[in-house]
Amino acid sequence: MTEENALSLQDAPTRSMNMIEAINDALDIMMARDPDIVILGEDVGYFGGVFRATAGLQKKYGRNRVFDSPINECGIVGAAVGMAAYGLRPVPEIQFADYIYPGLDQLVSEAARMRYRSAGEFTSPITIRSPFGGGIFGGQTHSQSPEAMFTHVAGLKTVIPATPHDAKGLLIAAIEDNDPVIFFEPKRIYNGPFDGYYDKPSRTWKGHPGSLVPEGYYKIPLGKARIVREGAALTVLSYGTMVHVAEAVLAEKGIDAEIIDLRTLVPLDMATVEKSVEKTGKCLVIHEATRTSGFGAELVTLVQERCFYHLEAPVERVTGFDTPYPHSLEWAYFPGPVRIGEAVDRLMKE
Amino acid sequence: MAEKTAPDTGRARGNLPPLELYVPEPRYRPGDVVDYSHLPVPPAGQLGRPDENCPASETWPMTTDMIRVLDEEDRAVGPWNPGLDAETLRRMLRTMALTRAFDDRMYRGQRQGKTSFYMKCTGEEAISVAHAHALAHDDMVFPTYRQQGILISRGYPLVEMVNQIYSNRADKLKGRQLPVMYSAKDYGFFSISGNLATQYPQAVGWAMASAIKGDTRIATAFVGEGSSAEGDFHAAMTFAAVYNAPVVLNVVNNQWAISSFSGFAGAERTTFAARAAGYGIAGLRVDGNDALAVYAASRWAADRARANQGPTLIEHFTYRAEGHSTSDDPSAYRSAQEREEWPLGDPIMRLKKHLIALGEWSEAQQEAMDRELVEQVKVATKEAEKNGVLGHGLHHPFHTMFEDVFEELPWHLEEQAAQAIREREIKWPEWKGEGA
Repeated sequence: MTEENALSLQDAPTRSMNMIEAINDALDIMMARDPDIVILGEDVGYFGGVFRATAGLQKKYGRNRVFDSPINECGIVGAAVGMAAYGLRPVPEIQFADYIYPGLDQLVSEAARMRYRSAGEFTSPITIRSPFGGGIFGGQTHSQSPEAMFTHVAGLKTVIPATPHDAKGLLIAAIEDNDPVIFFEPKRIYNGPFDGYYDKPSRTWKGHPGSLVPEGYYKIPLGKARIVREGAALTVLSYGTMVHVAEAVLAEKGIDAEIIDLRTLVPLDMATVEKSVEKTGKCLVIHEATRTSGFGAELVTLVQERCFYHLEAPVERVTGFDTPYPHSLEWAYFPGPVRIGEAVDRLMKE
Repeated sequence: MAEKTAPDTGRARGNLPPLELYVPEPRYRPGDVVDYSHLPVPPAGQLGRPDENCPASETWPMTTDMIRVLDEEDRAVGPWNPGLDAETLRRMLRTMALTRAFDDRMYRGQRQGKTSFYMKCTGEEAISVAHAHALAHDDMVFPTYRQQGILISRGYPLVEMVNQIYSNRADKLKGRQLPVMYSAKDYGFFSISGNLATQYPQAVGWAMASAIKGDTRIATAFVGEGSSAEGDFHAAMTFAAVYNAPVVLNVVNNQWAISSFSGFAGAERTTFAARAAGYGIAGLRVDGNDALAVYAASRWAADRARANQGPTLIEHFTYRAEGHSTSDDPSAYRSAQEREEWPLGDPIMRLKKHLIALGEWSEAQQEAMDRELVEQVKVATKEAEKNGVLGHGLHHPFHTMFEDVFEELPWHLEEQAAQAIREREIKWPEWKGEGA
């Protein structure tokens, strides 16, 4: 159990869930607690979403609170801004992160700055859920990881869970947060953790400690990283799918790495990062998104700025390539065990 | 659980009624008995056909009606009858049937694990095939993912389509695109985007460019009724109207956008064709399962655009007989009876019966043709499979992944390409080098 869980939560009964079920559970609990929460998005109503994240919610809470939207992301986000201005707490779904761009103006120029420009008169307590990332042969329009485009925007929070347990607790915290939150769900690990070996049979969440989801309401505070594994030789900073790939590669190499799942990119839990890098003296940053101006660049800079005198080797960055996500060469694009392994070897040689 | 009519923060004032949110709901869900008697299907041949050079407003009454040519006795009737010769009719029938045979085979290929994804256009074959036949061969088409019939009409090799679907080493798009996201510039077929409606303003821009250059080619664009909700639709309509662009803007109203029925794009209030009036451009609404009506309306709009009379919005009224894609299961959200009860019938059967009624075709010929088309598709598929199927190693060389991001490879992509190739050597030490 992670440190932020109250003692009472540790005693709470848990249920093994995949990430979709955990997200659905979080939405269900929050809709029951707060009548101001509404869900809108393409196919989220009767059908329950193309990934089934909202399954059963329309039936339970009615069409007034869970409803399909026109195929118009500008409208989805813009309407959510208006609903939030009224006092609701919308949780819109954008079917794939790759489809979010028509809503970008409403997000970047409107939701993100509403509190600032109205001096707090209006706010945008909106949580935008969206599946992101590759690994499902989705081609370039169903695979992107655009998180850095949002972390770059002042006024947006960006959250990315790596386990069902975290997905539920983080989503509840995101919904309760009074600022707009981008909640990216790594679709490759919806149904099971992924170690990066695409040529081995895929696993389900069953038996993974992160799949044990406490019943009922609990929050994982935004801005609090999770130490996946304590270690002394090397600090690995990652989030989403790549947390699991990193775990597998470092275990295989038998390296006593400290693996940190950032969970929230903005606000970032820099204290946990600094503490770890000061201990290990080495740092590897991993993300699936393209490299140039990726969130890894921010992480490397922060570590360099704050931990320079503790560093024993240059900070390494492993990322996707600076190309669109290709269809047939998906696995050549994906920052898998070989790419990570090479970077680890370089760091451990120092 | 009781449904609230207003959120807790709502405040009732005096005697005013509480406001109510309206959320559209389709008539039929899984298991429901389907009855389409509410759906107006006007008799064929009744609508007048204005001159192509008429003021746009003359077409507006037609935007809430429906152009139909093939009647209940399989005759072609009325002023919209394009009067096509039997040879052209047979060619259209054959192309529609080929499109369906191709879809069936590729769907099975996906189920057999030869590729990741496929999208059929079953029931919508008349729209793309008849539309393509009404255009000049070099008019530029900006399609969605369900206009494979246009590509087939224009003679694009089936084997190239299969190569793209299999993302194999012969795929002209180098395995980069999701299956069915074709691009065929030489066939006047614009690169398909997985993002919706983006092609609509692009088609208008292409048409404007053609006008700027004093060309004679027009552009034509497609969008589904669901994605006509995107802002790009409005942008395209506005630009088309402002610049009187030589473009035909098609909305394929197949009733369903994945699980969302057409009501979520505004169909409960008015027709999609009726949007033309708001922009002051010509609009036509056509029976999309009637190949002759589609041909006639498309030809009318193309001729109008070519005569510098500006854009036309055409709504093709049809039904998506299959799932959205191989990733979709329509039995989860709509009644299976809808397809059976669809009042406009099967476009292939309707054209077949018309040709038979004309004495220009027979059931025996149809059966022979169908067998021949199945074989033609099979041959193309086998040929493509020589170059591999998805995920079995016969893909384009790794270096190609980095090409075409820019015209020239910058240093960082050169480095990343070297990295990708090195990773392959590490993972497969027996590998003998790029392209092997």
